[in-house]
Amino acid sequence: MIHLSNIEKVYRTETIETLALNNISLSIEKGEFLSIMGPSGSGKSTLLNIMGLLDEPTKGRIRLDQEEIDDFSDKKLSRFRNQKIGFIFQSYHLINDLPVLDNVELPLLYRNVSAGERRRLASAALEKVGLSNRMKHYPSQLSGGQKQRVAIARAIVGKPEIILADEPTGNLDSAMGNEIMEILENLNRTDHTTIVMVTHDENMARRTHRLVRLFDGSLVSSNTFVN
Amino acid sequence: MLTNYLKITLAVMKRRKMFTFITLFGISMTLSILIVLTAFYEHIFSGNYPEVNRDRCLYATLLEEQNTKEGGMRRGPMSLYYINNYIKTLKTPEKTAFSTVPNTINIYGNGKKLRLFFKYTDPVFWEITRFEFLEGKAYTQKDVDNNEQVVIINTDTRDDYFGKGVSAVGKTMEINGQSLKVIGVIRGCPITRLVVAADLYIPYHLQKRASEEVKEYNGGYTAIVMAKTPADLPKIQQEYAEVVPRIPLLTYGGFTPDRLNAGLSTYFDSIVRDMFFGSGDGSARARFYLFVTIFALLFMSLPAINLVNINISRILERASEIGIRKAFGASAQKLVTQFVIENIILTIFGGLLAILISAVFIWWFNSSHLIPYADLAINWTVVAVALTLSLIFGLMSGVYPAWRMSRLPAVEALRG
Repeated sequence: MIHLSNIEKVYRTETIETLALNNISLSIEKGEFLSIMGPSGSGKSTLLNIMGLLDEPTKGRIRLDQEEIDDFSDKKLSRFRNQKIGFIFQSYHLINDLPVLDNVELPLLYRNVSAGERRRLASAALEKVGLSNRMKHYPSQLSGGQKQRVAIARAIVGKPEIILADEPTGNLDSAMGNEIMEILENLNRTDHTTIVMVTHDENMARRTHRLVRLFDGSLVSSNTFVN
Repeated sequence: MLTNYLKITLAVMKRRKMFTFITLFGISMTLSILIVLTAFYEHIFSGNYPEVNRDRCLYATLLEEQNTKEGGMRRGPMSLYYINNYIKTLKTPEKTAFSTVPNTINIYGNGKKLRLFFKYTDPVFWEITRFEFLEGKAYTQKDVDNNEQVVIINTDTRDDYFGKGVSAVGKTMEINGQSLKVIGVIRGCPITRLVVAADLYIPYHLQKRASEEVKEYNGGYTAIVMAKTPADLPKIQQEYAEVVPRIPLLTYGGFTPDRLNAGLSTYFDSIVRDMFFGSGDGSARARFYLFVTIFALLFMSLPAINLVNINISRILERASEIGIRKAFGASAQKLVTQFVIENIILTIFGGLLAILISAVFIWWFNSSHLIPYADLAINWTVVAVALTLSLIFGLMSGVYPAWRMSRLPAVEALRG
C-alpha cells in the first residue's frame, strides 16, 4: 500500500543542514496497522508527513496504492490526499470557527458530494465515534478526547484506505487514549483500513501489527506483533 | 461549498470583532462618502426639477470684455440689451428665456422679517422650466404688455408670509415698495439650481425700464437657450460663435475693451467654469475631471492599502486552517477561491452597509432644511459601480495574500 524507497529529508538554512531522514525504505501492506516510535527529533513526524504527501522528500521515491507520486501536480496531489488518506493529529487541528459537523464534512467538501449526502456521511462518522450528540457544538466546547474523536470522524468520513495518525493519544489521559486506540483498532479490523501511527507509548505500539523504530533519522529496528 | 464559506466568513467576522469593524468601517465609509458625493454631484449637475429640459438647454451666464493690451476686464452676467440683441436674435434655438441672477430682499409679513431671494424673469422662463404650480399660473407676455403688477412665490414663502397652507393667489405682497399680486404658487427648488432658484419671481418689466435701455454688455441677467433637440446644441453654439466676433465693442469711460469673450455652454460647463475655475478658455471641463479623479484616487487609495494590509494579516493568521484544508484535499486553487469569496462576502457586507449609511444621511439631509427643497437621491448606477469597484477591489486585495498562503507547503501551514 505504501512503499518508500531511500527516502532522505534534509532541512537547510543559510548556515546549517539538518538530516531529518536518512535513507529510509519501508513497505506497508494494505490493511496493516503500523506504529512508529523513536525519541523526539528522530524524524517520526517528518516520515509520516512524507507518507501523507504533506511534505516532499529531498531524495527517494514514494509509491502509494500502486501510484508513483513523484510527478504529481498540486491538484493531483490534493485529490490523492483527499481520496486515499485521512489524517489524525496530536493537537487535533480542528477548525475552531466551524461546528463539529462542518469540521467532519471537510474532506467531502473537496469532492463532488451534495450537501445532503455530506451531512449524512458526516453524521454517520460521528455516530461511529460516539459523538452524534455533539454535532452542533464548536471544538472549544469539547474535551480533548472528544476533539480527537471528531478528528477521527473527519479522517474516516471519506472512507480513505490509509489513516496516518501522529501521536493521536499524546494529549489524552490513559483512559481516553485507550478509547481512541480502540476506535483505531476497530477501523483496522472491520474496515481493513491501513493505519500508520506515530506514538511515544510502547503499550499502544504493542497493540499494532508492527513497530518500527527511528533514531537520528534512520530506521533502526522493526518488530512484528501477533495481535 | 458556498454555505461553508459563508459560515466561516461570518464566524471569522464574529471572532475578530476589531478587525471586522476596521474592515467594514473602511469599506462602508469610503463607499458612503462616494455615494453621497455623487448624490450632491447629481443634485447640482443633473436635469432635475424644474430643469427637466436641461439636456437641450445652453446657458449664457458669463460675458467678458477684455483689454488684452493694457490689461483690465469687465466680467459677469450680461445686460438685457445684450441678450435682446445678440442671443434672442439667434435663429436655431426653439426658445430663449432670461432672468436676473438671484438677489436678496427683506420683506415683512405675518409679523416677521423674511430674507428672500428674488428674480426678474421673462414669461418664456416658465415655458423652459417645468415648475409645478400648486396654485394659480405663470405670467404671460400679455401680463408684461399690460404692465401687470404680479409675482409668483414658492410654498415656503407662502407659508411664511401668509401662513402655513393658506391660499395666496389674489393676495398682495409689498415688495421693493411695490404692491404685487400673487398669481401663482410653485413648489420651490433648491438654491443649488443656480440659474432658476428663487423665492419670488417677478416679471422683468417691473424692474426699472432703464436697465433695458442702457447700452452696455455687462449687466444682471443670464439667459437659457433651449434647442428643439439635444442634437441642435452644437449648431446653436456654432451660430453664436459666429455672432460674437461681429459684435461691436463698446467703450466705458476710460476702459476700452479690444476683445469680447462670450459663449453658450451646457449647464455643467457653465457652472464648472464659473464656480471652480473662473476661465473662459474652454479647458474647465478637463481640469474639473482631472481634479475629481485625483481627489477620488487619493481618497480611495488609503482605505484600499489599509484593507490589503488587513487582509494579508487576516489570512496569514489562518495558516493552520489552510494546512488542515490542504491535508484534507484542498488544492491551492480551491484555497484561493475560498479566501477570495470570503473577501467578496465581506465587501458585500461593507457595500450594503454603505448603502444604508448613505440612505440615512441623504434622508436626514433632505429633511434637515439645510438646503430648502433639497432633493438628493441615491444614484443606483453609482451604487452599482461602487459595489462593482469594491468587489473588484475585494477580489484584488484577497487574491494576493490567498495566493501567497496557498503556495505554503501543507506541513508548514499546519505548524501555523
